[in-house]
Order: sequence, then C-alpha cells, then structure tokens
Amino acid sequence: MATTELADPIPWLVLLPLAWATAAFVLGPGRGGRLAVAGLAVQAALALALAAEVLEAGPRRYAVGGWAAPLGIELLADGLAAFMLATTAAVALPVAVYARGYFRAVSRSDAHPKGATWFWPLTGYLVAALDVLFLAADLFNLYVGLELLGLAAVGLTALTGERAAVAAALRYLLASLLGSGAYLMGVALVYGAYGTVSLATLAPLIEPLPAVALAAGLMAAGLALKTALFPLHFWLPPAHGGAASPVSALLSALVVKASFYLLLRLWFGIYAPLTTAAAAQLLGALGAAAVVWGSVQALRQERLKMLVAYSTVAQLGYLFLVFPLATGTGPAAAAAAWGGALLQVLAHGLAKAAMFAAAGAMVLAAGRDAVAGLGGVGARLPLSLFAFALAGVTLMGLPPSGGFTAKWLLLRAALASGQWWWAAVLVVGGLLAAAYVFRVLRQAFLPVEAASTGGVPRSLEFAALALALGGVLLGLFGERPLALLGVG
Amino acid sequence: MSAGLFYALTGGLLFALGLAGLILRAHVLRKLLAFNILGSGAFLVLVGLGGRDGTPDPVTQAMVLTGIVVAVAATALGLALARRLLELTGDMALPGEAPHGDD
Repeated sequence: MATTELADPIPWLVLLPLAWATAAFVLGPGRGGRLAVAGLAVQAALALALAAEVLEAGPRRYAVGGWAAPLGIELLADGLAAFMLATTAAVALPVAVYARGYFRAVSRSDAHPKGATWFWPLTGYLVAALDVLFLAADLFNLYVGLELLGLAAVGLTALTGERAAVAAALRYLLASLLGSGAYLMGVALVYGAYGTVSLATLAPLIEPLPAVALAAGLMAAGLALKTALFPLHFWLPPAHGGAASPVSALLSALVVKASFYLLLRLWFGIYAPLTTAAAAQLLGALGAAAVVWGSVQALRQERLKMLVAYSTVAQLGYLFLVFPLATGTGPAAAAAAWGGALLQVLAHGLAKAAMFAAAGAMVLAAGRDAVAGLGGVGARLPLSLFAFALAGVTLMGLPPSGGFTAKWLLLRAALASGQWWWAAVLVVGGLLAAAYVFRVLRQAFLPVEAASTGGVPRSLEFAALALALGGVLLGLFGERPLALLGVG
Repeated sequence: MSAGLFYALTGGLLFALGLAGLILRAHVLRKLLAFNILGSGAFLVLVGLGGRDGTPDPVTQAMVLTGIVVAVAATALGLALARRLLELTGDMALPGEAPHGDD
C-alpha cells in the first residue's frame, strides 16, 4: 500500500481529536461543538478508510515519529483494532450531533445550563484516548491509554456539578484508578520476567510461570473492574445514570468496551498459554450473573436513566460469554463466539447510545427523570420513543437487528461447543430485556399526567433515531464488519 | 537477596497496603493517599525487577516517570472532586459509606 506519510490515517486518528479538543478548550466554556462534529465526520471517514485498507492488505504497523519498535512507540492496526476504531467513530459522530442540540435545549430551559461547559474538550480527549488504546501495540501504551480514558470519562461524569454526579464521578475515579493500578502491577511483573512490554515480542515468550500467572490475574481483575463485570459493577449505574445524557451515551456505548477489548486482546493473545477452562467458565458465569442481575435491577428502577444504566450492566454480561465459548473449543465455535461478542460490542454501542439519547430527550420533555413521569411522551415525542423502541429491539435480540445476529452467533457457539447452559442465559436475558423495555413503552403510551414543558429540538430526535437504525440495520449488513475481524 | 528483588518485594507490600486502604477507608483523602501508595508499590516493582545485575534499566525509569505524571494528574482530579463533594455535602466520604469523623 503506497500511502505517503501524511496521508496515512493511523496518526490522524489520534491527532485529529487531540487538535479539536484543544481548540475547543481554547475557545472557552461551551464552545467548539461545530468543530467537534466536523472533526468526528473526518474521523469516521479515516476509520472507514483504515478498515478498508486492513481488509484489503492485512494488518498495518506505524512507527510514531519514524522511530521503530524497540526504541520508539509502535502502533498496530489489525482487524480487531480497525473494527473498534470504526465503532468509536460510528457512535461518537451521531452523539456529537445530539449533544449540540441537547446543550442548546438545556440552556434554553434552565437559567444555569449544566454540563455544557467543558463537554467538547473532554469528549475530544476521550476519543483520542480510545483510539490510542485500540492502536497501542505494547502493554505500557495500553496502560497510558487506559488512564487517559479513565480521566476523561471521570471529568465528563462530573460535568453537571450536581451532588449525585460529583459523588458518582469520585467513585468512578477510585474504581478506575484501582483497576489500572492492578493492571500496571501486572505490567511490572511481565517486564520483570521478560524485559519487554511489546505484545509481538511477548507472544512467543509467555510461559505459565507463577509471576506471569499473578500478572495475568491482576490484569484480568483490574480490567474486569473497569468493564464493570458483575459483581464489580457498583460504580457504573450512578456514573452512567447520573451524567448528562450525551455523556451517558458515550460512557455506556464506548468507554466500558475499551477495557473489554483489552481483556479480549490479552486473553486470546499473549496470555493464551495460561488460560484455563476453569477461569473461562468463571468469567462466563459472572457474565451470566450480570445479565440476570442487571436486568432484574433495571426492572426495579424508578428513574429512567438508571434503568438504561442497569441495562448496560446486563448487556456487558453477554460479552463475557466469549471466554468460555472460545477458550479450548473447536475453531468453528471459537470463530462464532468471537464474532458474536464483537458484533454485540457494536450493536450494543449503537443501541445503548440511541437509548440514552432518546431517554435524555424524553427526560427533557417530561421535565423529570422518572419512569412514572413518562405519561404522554409517546404523543409528544413519537420519534424519540420510536428510537427507544428500536434500540430495545436490538437489546432484546429480535431479528433483524444486530443484537439478534450477535446472540445467534453466541448461541451457535454454545451449541457447537456442547455448552447448552450458555444458551439458556441468552434466552432468559432476552426475555428480561423485553420486560424492562416494555415497562418504559407502556408508561410512555399512557395519557398525559403532568404539565408538559414543551418539545425538544428535532436534531436530538433524529440523532437518536439514526443510532437506533444503525443498530437494527447492522443485522442486515453484518458480514463486512465480521470479515474485518478475521484479519490479523 | 539482590537489591532489585528487595525493592520488588517492598513494592508488593506497598501495593497490598494501598489496596487495603483504598477499599477499607471511608475518608476520600485517605483513599487518594492509599491510591498513591498502591501506585508507588507498582513503580517500585517495575524499577526493582527492571534492573539487571545492579544496572538500572532506562526503559523502566521512563515508564515510571510517565506513571508518576499520570498519578499526579489523577490525584489532582480526585482532590478537585473531593473538594466539590465537601462543598456540596459537608462530608469527605462517599454517600453510603461510613459517616464523617470515623477514622
């Protein structure tokens, strides 16, 4: 591939969000939204170009500043990385369009607009951190990406400055620091054993030594905490449910997936010689518990955004089924499980961003964040409610949505590897998701009970709808993303 | 026992102490201090195991330096949030944990 240095998309995927985030910071509080939308549109084009390049010509390496691997920092774009980069851009662009409308609407209805002040710079840093994490090719750069991501996410959580949001952000920060601290300890042990942090160099070296097993355990535990795997999910619902709605969408759709991506990469990458069926079954069992516990909690929430946040806890559980389904099973089952989990990453990313976006619009229109206060919303915001329902279709896993394809692949992997009990989790999880989605829809179709506070800008509703449609259409056009995963 | 191994074991001990403090203490300032002890433990392991035959490894030094910058930034963010929490609630503990003035 004869790309010149400047036309190479890899460095721009990181530099571009850094540039517009810094420009937005310099412009001042609340400014920079237009810049961010333009930047993210270019970002989406770059991510798609990179994905097409990787699909055609295989994995790409990039030496930052022209310094090769042992001395400099190397970035690696393989199929998995390109998939995650495209997912990030696909979710972040509609959310940015949504956020512009959202903060305009909030500042109109409230004398003291909350949350708009530093949203754009922090979002830019968040996107840059995500991209650097997906492209990193060594354990230490992954650590730096993880920390940058955590700091940007905590800052976004605290933006509204309200009591609950600040407490949630602080709890989130402490959980995030503990998770990355454990990860860093693992890096230290691996470096002590092998004298390198490069994933490519480590892959053939790793053996089941006690120190390396300890490192793998610490890293897995730290990443499970950051991915909010049950029972380490305590920090997620208040943070995701209490943040401003565009922030909730970014956190739930993208941020928790980054630590999952890292766990996936390490488990099936350098730590493959260490992984055991028992450890994989444990992760799968915790994922199954998350599906049931998160869904039951979602059913019991009084607040709409807390309901959606607990639904994230449940949906993250499905991702962890990949560990029992692809560890030590046949190649057919492993490929299906792998494809199912990553399609779930993308489908849930689109659907959950849509759901938080729609929920944010409905909360704005209803004037309060309560499931019981949604009466009449169906008549006033039909588009938002439709987006919420479409996103619900993906979360339930009904055809033809992306959620259906993802769960179908996981189901095939469960049956092909003779582990039928994971299939039961998929069925129960789908039914419970239907229960909490219909609980919201039922309320929204009830007649108006409270005085309405007016409508919301159309851009809010259309952005939510675009995300929800993306999640559904993914079921029809899922082959190309899946083909990408086979590269590298 | 070599000096490197001694540093590494001390680092492991500090990491465990920090972990316990982060989980068991309710006061936010103590939690942040515990995080710094935990981080220092990881840095000490990195530097201790990194050296070969008494020669320090420049790569680990660079990594620890980066780690310190990250830890300082994280601590500053934590302190800013803790101050805001104190202004809003008059308490330096997260809601749902032990009330003020316990330890």
